[in-house]
Amino acid sequence: MPNMRMDKNPMPAQAPEVRITNVEEVTLGYTPEMAIDEAKRCLGCKHKPCMNGCPVNIHIPDFVARVAEGDFEGAYEIISLTSSLPAICGRVCPQETQCEERCVRGIKGEPVAIGRLERFVADYMREKGAAAGIAPERNGHKVAVVGAGPAGLTAAGDLAKLGYEVTVFEALHTPGGVLMYGIPEFRLPKAIVQHEIQKLRDLGVEIVTDYVVGRSGTIDELVEDGYEAIFVGSGAGLPNFMNMPGEGLKGVYSANEFLTRFNLMKAYKEDAATPIQHPTKTVVVGGGNVAMDAARCARRLGSEVHIVYRRSLEELPARKEEVEHAMEEGIIFDLLNNPVKVHADENGSVKAVECIQMELGEPDESGRRRPIAKEGSNFMMDADCMIMAIGTSPNPLIRQTTEGLETNRKGCLLVNDDEMTTRDGVFAGGDAVTGAATVISAMGAGKKAAAAMDQYIQKKVKAA
Amino acid sequence: MFKILRKEVLNPTVISITVDAPNAARRAQAGQFIILRVDEDGERVPFTIADADPEKGTVTIIYQVVGATTRKLMELEEGDQLADFAGPLGKPSEIDGENVVVIGGGVGCAIALPTAKAFHEAGKHVDTIVGFRNKDLVILEDKFRNVSDHYYLMSDDGSVGEKGLVTAKLEELIKSGQKIDKVIAIGPLIMMKFVCQLTKQYDIPTIVSMNPIMIDGTGMCGGCRLMVDGKMQFACVDGPDFDGHKVDFDAAMSRNRQYFEKERHDYEETCNLLNQKEAA
Repeated sequence: MPNMRMDKNPMPAQAPEVRITNVEEVTLGYTPEMAIDEAKRCLGCKHKPCMNGCPVNIHIPDFVARVAEGDFEGAYEIISLTSSLPAICGRVCPQETQCEERCVRGIKGEPVAIGRLERFVADYMREKGAAAGIAPERNGHKVAVVGAGPAGLTAAGDLAKLGYEVTVFEALHTPGGVLMYGIPEFRLPKAIVQHEIQKLRDLGVEIVTDYVVGRSGTIDELVEDGYEAIFVGSGAGLPNFMNMPGEGLKGVYSANEFLTRFNLMKAYKEDAATPIQHPTKTVVVGGGNVAMDAARCARRLGSEVHIVYRRSLEELPARKEEVEHAMEEGIIFDLLNNPVKVHADENGSVKAVECIQMELGEPDESGRRRPIAKEGSNFMMDADCMIMAIGTSPNPLIRQTTEGLETNRKGCLLVNDDEMTTRDGVFAGGDAVTGAATVISAMGAGKKAAAAMDQYIQKKVKAA
Repeated sequence: MFKILRKEVLNPTVISITVDAPNAARRAQAGQFIILRVDEDGERVPFTIADADPEKGTVTIIYQVVGATTRKLMELEEGDQLADFAGPLGKPSEIDGENVVVIGGGVGCAIALPTAKAFHEAGKHVDTIVGFRNKDLVILEDKFRNVSDHYYLMSDDGSVGEKGLVTAKLEELIKSGQKIDKVIAIGPLIMMKFVCQLTKQYDIPTIVSMNPIMIDGTGMCGGCRLMVDGKMQFACVDGPDFDGHKVDFDAAMSRNRQYFEKERHDYEETCNLLNQKEAA
């Protein structure tokens, strides 16, 4: 008998006033009892609409059915068939626009908490110290992956499972990409990310850190070194600024810099070697998930935090859950405002952010109502720190150092239906192709590219 | 991990280390830099490549002890390992101009040397002007002489070479009517600023190697941003070499002081810690 309760089982969480004093994970995850009870809400639909909403096509009703039976190991095996990084996806996927959006139970009540169940299963197995997968027999072919973010790691995992000898080249000192430097510890504990990456190493994936493709070596050199296919998952890490006066002042950060210092370099720790400003009053510019992350990090450094966004609450691109968490933590939303100038004190540090009020006009090409500045409405906001979270673009290094790699005018790599770039044998996916998007869409692209790379190499083998 | 193969003390606070780093060595060119971490808890710090041997797979950097990380680095001996050593980073220097003057200030001389060498090897006329506070701080004298048509050594107190600033010598050369197609200035921001002020009067193209605060060094954070000709540039990917007449030096100097207090505090802590260790 399915559990016909309308609501999801809530997930325990740290109280807001407690969690702003630490960097521990905010949400605490289901207990086995909560997970079994929630899993029983699944109707086990034959046509599995939820599965179509999952970019990596996890066999959702099957794994949920195992959870309902208390067979967590069996559930994990089913997830592992198609996903290499479940502890991460279960935490950071926007399920409300993916699997859970299509859940039949969501029509009259809340959908089944698929993300929370996936997370529970992955965490349960990790805590149990589940044995790593066994490295499959090698097929004798070498492939390279550029960038150890979600797209690259997913491609690497899938290719290793198919028997390829996979080498991942990563520019930073730690693999994980945005999972390590961008998404904060309190949303995605770094130990969990490294555990998932260790599982890939156990599958035989080699990860070379401190290797900047485009500088340490080029795509052409990888081809010469005998890599038969190459996946470029170098992301969209180049931060955008607004080109307004005062952006060069001390105390103005890109969200990437602020988050990298906080997350990757652990600058929040008192004895950290990497410094970070401990602001009194912070203005975060932007309304996406990155803006929420930056704001919540600044809050944990003891700052009063304002989000300045040029549209209204309805248009905020961040996940609803993230906005709610931010509000619970006391972050102030100054909507329909836009900064125009940063003012300095006598030391060249930020003293105030001059903003202008906005109103919404007619919808633009994107369908969102266009913000229009209200002339003469300028006002000052005192602040000693400003964090720019208005988006990122693909890093130009690889396209600048590789002949024949075409991009669109935004610098995104062009790919065909098989995720192949304009260079034969060079595939790409994730933010490097789409511009800044989500972790799970990058994983989906990595998965698709891995399958295409396998076909590409197998076709060549047959032709030879 | 990256092994230190050779360590040489050049003067009381300036040290040269040669590191086993084949990936960084293979394509390294003059003007480029690396980013290292001393240990797993360390910060990422940029150092210019002073020399590289692609065949042996080694990279040499020369550093001055100025803070906690360089103090920790000083403690390491030959055979010890660095946690990380990534590179080469940044754009290589452009080796053009027939008659060039390369100016190095203090430890900046370590960065000026590979550039002077690259011009020399390309068959250009290279004059070098190097400046130090006093004679105890002079480094790389023979190496500079080997790649220079003329080598001018300046000191603030006159204890070695000629007394005076590098700008004084440069102005003397300009006034003597010497043909100078390009000046390359590498050293403290204040020195580069004054060199640029001088060469601007005489309309001599001047390249400077900027040294802002960096974290990743690959263009993903903009911590190293500078204003050049009114446009925002990231020194780690667009530079570190820039047209000195277009750089906003005052803003760059201000930004470099952002973490001054924390840096000083960490330095003192590190020194105390290392002193206690030695005493024990």
